[in-house]
Amino acid sequence: MDGRHRDKVRTTAEEALEGLNDGASIMVGGFGLCGNPEALIAGVVARGPRNLTLISNNAGNLGKGLATWLKAGLIRKVMCSYLGTNDDLHRAMASGEVEVEVIPQGTLVERIRAGGAGIPAFYTPTGVGTVIADGKEVREIDGREYVLERAIKADFALVRGKVGDPFGNMRFWRTARNFNPIMATAARTTIAEVDHMVSLGDIDPDEVHLSGIFIHRVIEVPDHEDSFEYRTVRPRPTRRVDEGG
Amino acid sequence: MAWRREEMAQRAAREIEPGSIVNLGIGLPTLIADYLPESLGVWLHSENGLLGIGPFPFEGDEDPQLINAGKQTITFMTGAATFDSAMSFAMIRGGHVDLAIMGGMQVAENGDLANWAVPGGKTTGVGGAMDLSSGCRRVVILMTHATKEGEPKLVRQCNYPLTARGVVSRVITDLGVVDVTPEGFRLVERAPGVSADEVRRLSGAPLLG
Repeated sequence: MDGRHRDKVRTTAEEALEGLNDGASIMVGGFGLCGNPEALIAGVVARGPRNLTLISNNAGNLGKGLATWLKAGLIRKVMCSYLGTNDDLHRAMASGEVEVEVIPQGTLVERIRAGGAGIPAFYTPTGVGTVIADGKEVREIDGREYVLERAIKADFALVRGKVGDPFGNMRFWRTARNFNPIMATAARTTIAEVDHMVSLGDIDPDEVHLSGIFIHRVIEVPDHEDSFEYRTVRPRPTRRVDEGG
Repeated sequence: MAWRREEMAQRAAREIEPGSIVNLGIGLPTLIADYLPESLGVWLHSENGLLGIGPFPFEGDEDPQLINAGKQTITFMTGAATFDSAMSFAMIRGGHVDLAIMGGMQVAENGDLANWAVPGGKTTGVGGAMDLSSGCRRVVILMTHATKEGEPKLVRQCNYPLTARGVVSRVITDLGVVDVTPEGFRLVERAPGVSADEVRRLSGAPLLG
């Protein structure tokens, strides 16, 4: 059998999502609407798989991003850290349609990191003495208590990058990096959506944020909505005439 | 006179040592940034993957992909660095963040913190609150002394779901500053014109000092 690291470039989201079917577990990068693989998210709605398990920090917001999966009824379970003002998730949870597992954000990302790094479980101080530790092993190490958390892996990871090459080497932009490179490591099939595709060798090896070893398919999508959630600004100081230039 | 929100933030800013790494929670704690002169050399950490938060952008300069943990648009401070969420929480869990200043719903006299869920209320999730409160080297809570209904938020024992056990070292409220000590709460400062009796009346646990 051929390896999976040749001919990774796909031209459409539809092509890239081949094999993503009912019952799949899917990690999707982003912090709220920041750093979402928007074309792949829309592509999943078009494909219409059911009973998905979604692993994502927020599961969308303001009716956008992954909230479109909730509205389309694709999801059975969400593993996330924060629901906040995501009304679609509140509604789906209240109706019993979707099961929600709330996981502390640092534990969520570390469980994913562990999944990608071949570590089945780890002890963490986060959540000791809280409902998060219910039913889990708690152990004292060097005088402090820790809770045992298990790794998370998924069938698919959908991630977003700023720049990618045909092997899947990637660079990220600003705080849109967040969960993307970590989720990429923890799925059987990882699909990357990049704003700009460059040629192999165009990204200096020292400037690669994420190695293409973790990427199995990649598509270029130049245009994104990149919605604001809270647009906070300060007034631009008006330049005085005598300052010149 | 009880402290106004801005005055609470200003008082909380005095907790921050020059040259330290600080994580400010969503809401009221975010206002503290306005009282940190750049000369202090303080680095603000944002758990979504940034060290070195600058002020809000000028109108027209905002980038939807440069946000803080409250999902507000921000800028970089000179010298800022971005990183992924695992690295960000390694900084927190690993004890590299000197101070977290967060909001609170209840603080108990043994330092237990409850600030993520109301019993019987809508679940909003926990975000990074459990990681921050159990990982940062010092935790200071900035909150009103009592609820809008007058219920004390300083209590003998939390009856809201816990965020972390025994982590709070100081609480700054609209009425004053209360330390968590091995003997219980100690009132160390009062807002101008607020009497110790007034603070005690709105507290659900004894206050020393």
